[in-house]
Amino acid sequence: MNNSMEIKFKAIAENEAFARNVVASFILPLNPSLSELSDIKTAVNEAITNVIVHAYPDKVGYVNMKISTIGNKVKISISDNGVGIQDIERALTPFYTSKPDEERSGMGFTVMESFMDKLEVKNHNGLMVNMEKEIEQSVVGI
Amino acid sequence: MQIKSRIVNKTLYVLLSGELDEYTAQGVRKNLDTLFDTEKGFVQIVMDLSELTFMDSTGVGVLIGRYKKMREYNKPIFITNPSRNAERIFKMSGLYEIMPKIV
Repeated sequence: MNNSMEIKFKAIAENEAFARNVVASFILPLNPSLSELSDIKTAVNEAITNVIVHAYPDKVGYVNMKISTIGNKVKISISDNGVGIQDIERALTPFYTSKPDEERSGMGFTVMESFMDKLEVKNHNGLMVNMEKEIEQSVVGI
Repeated sequence: MQIKSRIVNKTLYVLLSGELDEYTAQGVRKNLDTLFDTEKGFVQIVMDLSELTFMDSTGVGVLIGRYKKMREYNKPIFITNPSRNAERIFKMSGLYEIMPKIV
């Protein structure tokens, strides 16, 4: 069955565990493997960390998270109303970080790209990250 | 996040337990730096990640920061027992080139 949900929460680090666990709980009916669950939680966390670290330099803003399941496909959209990214192509380059002094690896988008099937990053009154992953259907033989 | 440590044969073994994300990273950085500064009589460090139940690329930043610090003291850091996901992130980021994995 197709399903969807949407939440909005403060872009503060305290909310990361809550948000990734919400996603994990919501997609459980699709019966994902532990690896798939872990991939999705990691990718979601990367996107949320980006919002917390970069989107709102002068204030505490919000993260919008939408999740939908269509058949065995999971679609996740994480967006903010912050400053966006001027040069998205550059930001997607592995190891690129705009904050080299803060011990950041610059691997966030690379991890999202590797752990999910699809990644789209665009400016949209802030930044919007859309990700997709298909959950493999386990076949039980007789 | 919990950090436990012990020294065996001049090796400082550090066990990280829990979830390493943006929220816990700052405390982990601080506690590891304090540990490395206060413990005496070790020549190398082994980071045991067997009880790390979540980590994203924030963890790579934390580890590289500790590597840079300990490089000044000529004390190498090794990684052991990473989860499947941590392993993928470490390989992607080339972390094992500066902090080799040991079995």
